[in-house]
Amino acid sequence: MLTGLAVEKLGAWFGQKQVLNGISMTIGPNLVTAVIGPSGCGKSTLIRCLNRLHETVPGARQSGRVLLDGQNIYLMDPVQVRRTIGMVFQKPNPFPSMSIYDNVAAGLRLNGIRERRPLDEIVEKSLRMAALWEEVNDRLDKPGISLSGGQQQRLCIARAIAIEPQVLLMDEPCSALDPISTAKIEELIQELKKALTIVIVTHNMQQAARVSDYTGFLLLGELIEFDETPKLFTNPRDKRTEDYITGRFG
Amino acid sequence: MRLNRYQRRRAVNVLVSALAFLCAAITIIPLLMILGHLLAQGAKAVNLDFFTQLPKPVGEVGGGMANAIVGTLILIGLACLVGLPIGIIGGIYLAEFGNNKTGWLVRFMSDVLNGTPSIVIGIFAYTVVVLPMKRFSALAGGFALGIIMIPTVIRATEELVKLVPTSVREAGLALGIPQWRVILRIVVPSAKTGIVTGVLLAVARIGGETAPLLFTAFGNQFWQQRLDQPIASLPVQVFTYAISPFEDWHRQAWAGALVLVAMILITSVLTRVVTRGQYRSMR
Repeated sequence: MLTGLAVEKLGAWFGQKQVLNGISMTIGPNLVTAVIGPSGCGKSTLIRCLNRLHETVPGARQSGRVLLDGQNIYLMDPVQVRRTIGMVFQKPNPFPSMSIYDNVAAGLRLNGIRERRPLDEIVEKSLRMAALWEEVNDRLDKPGISLSGGQQQRLCIARAIAIEPQVLLMDEPCSALDPISTAKIEELIQELKKALTIVIVTHNMQQAARVSDYTGFLLLGELIEFDETPKLFTNPRDKRTEDYITGRFG
Repeated sequence: MRLNRYQRRRAVNVLVSALAFLCAAITIIPLLMILGHLLAQGAKAVNLDFFTQLPKPVGEVGGGMANAIVGTLILIGLACLVGLPIGIIGGIYLAEFGNNKTGWLVRFMSDVLNGTPSIVIGIFAYTVVVLPMKRFSALAGGFALGIIMIPTVIRATEELVKLVPTSVREAGLALGIPQWRVILRIVVPSAKTGIVTGVLLAVARIGGETAPLLFTAFGNQFWQQRLDQPIASLPVQVFTYAISPFEDWHRQAWAGALVLVAMILITSVLTRVVTRGQYRSMR
């Protein structure tokens, strides 16, 4: 049984500066939910609140609730939360001291799985899911950072899904990539959503329209509009959403 | 007019480049002179005996400093036992959690320690190790050298652990790995080659220390038996021989100095080789 997330009145601060204000949204299971908005609107902060990474920044705090299966993640152990809610970052960030294999196995190993057999199986399965297996299966012992940018990002996706999270957060996963790598990752998102719930932050509106089922438009820390993707893009209710998606500002 | 200005700029460029070269040359000259003099004086006395024989009593020609060479290595090993755990763990603390008053204090103290004359650290080791044990010992010498190592290792570790990008730490945390494990298994290994460099530099630094050993390790003329006994070391041996009135000892002192410098040089070269390590890029 898969789970979605419910965000309730989420607020977030860096020191005195409030960057998110009263965000409420429901993220459905096995759906792709996109968050769009101009730079600095709080998209990344929003997604980083969903796996409690926001609070690791000195001076950062948040309010409100995020429910996973009806349980508030802010009352759970953050380590446990992050095992259930995985994340892929804007810039590919494989562990520099580790091989391709070790990168994918890192989450499992550092969480206590050590036997070779199950590790081998999960590494292969994760790399296949991330559409990277064919390209790297003959050099799993090479450093992760020896791969190209697009491959590194898929390696990071493989690393994130190896611990079998229920939700995968993607913070502008394609913004550092070329169009071909981007297309590969968008394809991948469609595959992954069969197994997971996905939240993707992007400032590429076409991408949101292509990959997502629901889209939220964020502006200056407030959720202006949240709706099914086709509806939000073709028939927005709010003037500001319309202005943004038609390119009048952004 | 235009051409004139251009020519002037070129002239200034040449002048400043020449000055830079000159300064660089002046920096290297003393080093080359020391090395050249050492080679000229020391090479004559360096032979197989020097590396394999014990010192001979006064009056007998020949002998070597085998015990002092081994002694220096033992002292460095003991110093590492004291200095590395404290230095590396302290450096990790400063890099990961040191953004506060405690961190500032530790950093400041370590800088003060770095500036403390090594003979003062020798006196400290004399007071806390030699006096209670009632004898000079290898342990006391290693302790003194270990303390001298700490600030170098702390600062090198801190700087290099800090260089590991935040994105790598966040990637670890986002996998549901506890913070202590992220630091020990992901962040520190990423900074490994740099930390090794810092450690080797610290070793090179203490390898030539003489003053703190004079009244801790003291020195002897025999093979070392136990760590709680006085131990010979190259720098002290060189010092003792150099101030002696015997011609043969003077030659041996030159040889000892040459071997010591060679050992430190090898350590430095080793540092370069290690730094060229396989997974070089952090960014």
